[in-house]
Amino acid sequence: MNLLRFQVDRAALRARRNRQELIAAGLNRRDMLTMALLTGGGFLVTQQGLSAWASGSSATPSSFGLGLSPKVTPFVEPLPIMPVLPLRPASAFTPAPTIAANRTINPATGLPFEGRTESHQFRERFPVQQQFITRMGANPNVSVHPDLPAQTFWGFNLGDTDFAADPPLSPGPTIVTRYHAPTLIRRYNQLPPQAQNGGFGVPETSTHLHNFHSGPDSDGGACDPVQARFFRRGQFYDYYQTMQYAGFDSTHPPLGNVEEALSTLWYHDHRVDHTAENVYKGLAGFHLAFNEFDTGDENTGLRLPSFPAFDIPLLLADKLFDPDTGLLVFDTFGLDGLVGDTQLVNGKVQPFLEVRKRRYRFRVLDAGPSRTYRLFLTNPDNLSQSIPLWQISSDGNLLPRPLEIKSFLLGAAERADVIIDFKKIAERFGNPSRIWLENRLEMVNGRKPTGTIFPAGQGTPVLEFRLLGGNVVDNSFDPEPVASPRVPASVTDNVFAPIALPRIDNLTPRLTRTFRFERGNGQWQINGQLMDCTKFRFTVQRNTTERWILQNSSGGWEHPIHIHLEEFRIVRRNGRLVRPGEGDFGRQDVVQLGDEDIEILMQFRDFRGGYPMHCHNTVHEDHQMMLLFEVADVGDNKTAP
Amino acid sequence: MVTMTRRGVLGVLGAAPVVGGLGAWATRRSTDHGGQLSARERFQRLHLPDVPLVTAPGLAVHFYTDLVKDKKVLINFIYTSCTEQCPLATANIARVQRMLGAPVGREIFMYTITLDPVVDTPAVLAEYASRYDVGPGWSFLTGKPADIDRLRRALGFTFQNAEEDADVDNHVGMLRHGDEPAMKWAGVPVLGNPQHIVRGLRWDLMDAASEA
Repeated sequence: MNLLRFQVDRAALRARRNRQELIAAGLNRRDMLTMALLTGGGFLVTQQGLSAWASGSSATPSSFGLGLSPKVTPFVEPLPIMPVLPLRPASAFTPAPTIAANRTINPATGLPFEGRTESHQFRERFPVQQQFITRMGANPNVSVHPDLPAQTFWGFNLGDTDFAADPPLSPGPTIVTRYHAPTLIRRYNQLPPQAQNGGFGVPETSTHLHNFHSGPDSDGGACDPVQARFFRRGQFYDYYQTMQYAGFDSTHPPLGNVEEALSTLWYHDHRVDHTAENVYKGLAGFHLAFNEFDTGDENTGLRLPSFPAFDIPLLLADKLFDPDTGLLVFDTFGLDGLVGDTQLVNGKVQPFLEVRKRRYRFRVLDAGPSRTYRLFLTNPDNLSQSIPLWQISSDGNLLPRPLEIKSFLLGAAERADVIIDFKKIAERFGNPSRIWLENRLEMVNGRKPTGTIFPAGQGTPVLEFRLLGGNVVDNSFDPEPVASPRVPASVTDNVFAPIALPRIDNLTPRLTRTFRFERGNGQWQINGQLMDCTKFRFTVQRNTTERWILQNSSGGWEHPIHIHLEEFRIVRRNGRLVRPGEGDFGRQDVVQLGDEDIEILMQFRDFRGGYPMHCHNTVHEDHQMMLLFEVADVGDNKTAP
Repeated sequence: MVTMTRRGVLGVLGAAPVVGGLGAWATRRSTDHGGQLSARERFQRLHLPDVPLVTAPGLAVHFYTDLVKDKKVLINFIYTSCTEQCPLATANIARVQRMLGAPVGREIFMYTITLDPVVDTPAVLAEYASRYDVGPGWSFLTGKPADIDRLRRALGFTFQNAEEDADVDNHVGMLRHGDEPAMKWAGVPVLGNPQHIVRGLRWDLMDAASEA
């Protein structure tokens, strides 16, 4: 079917809405007729792109070029698979990594060698076993599609000094780690000078390891009252991870609680006030954590599909390209959020992937900045088919029982691991030659999705799977016989034992804190207060549990709220208990907060220091929808901090 | 063909000329200066219109060429009859100015623009400014309503929702700061803790060696 062809009624609806937006943006009917935007019947000539342009931009349409990205043919290039970041010997590190920050002045730059100011916590107890190097820089020769020009993205390389031989990649290399093998990653900032940013992007960077249980020294947060979080051109920053499960120095010594195992994480820039543009410009990648159960080998442990052949990370990012130049553009002055009209997966526009008739594990990430997806499997040659898949994780954490689903929802920064069984699809759905991973959720601005779910084939196919013939070995675990709702879900589920859902019935919250997210004069507030990088809003007592109530009274907005340090459990939404078999019944690090109250339970274990809670719609985040809290040996009792 | 139509539309809508067909991109070489305009020129055309304004002492200026080009700037919008947000905002910016110290007026320039140019004549703005501790390097500006509105939108002091945008009481309470030649811009709540605001300004505009 033709991607540009919409049913007439849909086109009419969309045209009317677009026209209203244009009018709201300051163009009258005569202007539009003059510009040949309107047909005689009052329909806009085009359907796609205008929404993003009229709404994503804060400037007048006559002076702004965003959103009418060049329309390009989908599925012309294969899905890139990010290379794995290679291990480096200790001899590759000059100067050698130190536990205390290396504040010696580098004579070449006049700055300390290292941007870090804090010591690595617990590094003496868990000495480094695996070391990596990566260098951040600009790659001027990135092609996202053959019909668009080669252009500059920022990324991470494989660690060599020569960018000509080892260019920065976006998405960055996949970092593969194993639990109980403590890891050090040295990141060099070799980004270009500020004035060479091509219009957006800031060459200071803080790299957050999203969802890992990290010390504040290596968390990669936005800011801190005292400590440095971002580092500058010419500096490096050593990020250290204990690679122990949460609880290693508190509830479950000495190595933590295996039930807290994390699997699909991602790293991304977190430069205060500039995160959206920097991540959008390419500073993001996957970080996987395996263990003796989730092994990466389908012949051992939980027998999940083998990495990397059948275990494939998918980084979804929606973008805008300048209609004149074909270059990536960012709405620097937008406040609401940026919704792109061109869909990239692993750095290519709507790529294809040849697959064998067997099971695959796809680790799907919504890298933002603002879009929420609802992803379906669509047979473009038979749109009436409803094709199941199996979700095995939420935010990269294995669920207590797989869920058999027809679609899954992903907000900004959220991840879901899904099993797609192309053998069953071939057998049950007429041996299709291609299947789309299709986003059918309409979103026209950064506030929240409209709620409209497009019919099959009328959304945006982000990726086309091409099913190859022939038999192929598949020793991987089949989730279907044990998936909910075929098997009713219960609180005692532990299909992926011992990585089960940690008990919360034995946790007693030290106190309940309420956080009201509001908007006033276009600025974000939490409990009536603005963001302040110079102070911690409250202090959590280390190794305790707290109940937090997240409230949204910003009026018609949805916010993906992210909390650093540990995952939380969603206990209630609007007073209603979250039940087994629901997507929320698992460990999360992001929760989509609509016009509602959400009760979560969270522990603050092992580390001391400062962490943020913030909206992960990175445009909201950069406009300071954030607070800082501290974890210390003595906590305070502020219930509405 | 839909795509060509849309490109044609843009040629009219945007200031940029229409270039060749889609295939042209495939052969064009990689550059951050796509087309004829540099990234900085494109940014200026989109965000920093060269509208005529008048300073509180009555001096005629152009926004881009006289106030922003080659400068580091702080920009916010107020109106003098606003009784809730604006006095607090102006007082807070005065604190920020004092904390920034000497660089203001030399490296950094501050602009407060009225949202109510009909009432807020240069004389009214001058009187308003006199009520605050306004130091050198901080200008109050008015202009023609259409120019002010264009500037407000281009700088992102706008709501996408038209009803919300029309409510002047609900104007965007942001302090926009930027380094024009470096294309480095951000926006902070104007009522934020001035220590917090100044720390962010130092990070973004001033002290390239300060990490924490």
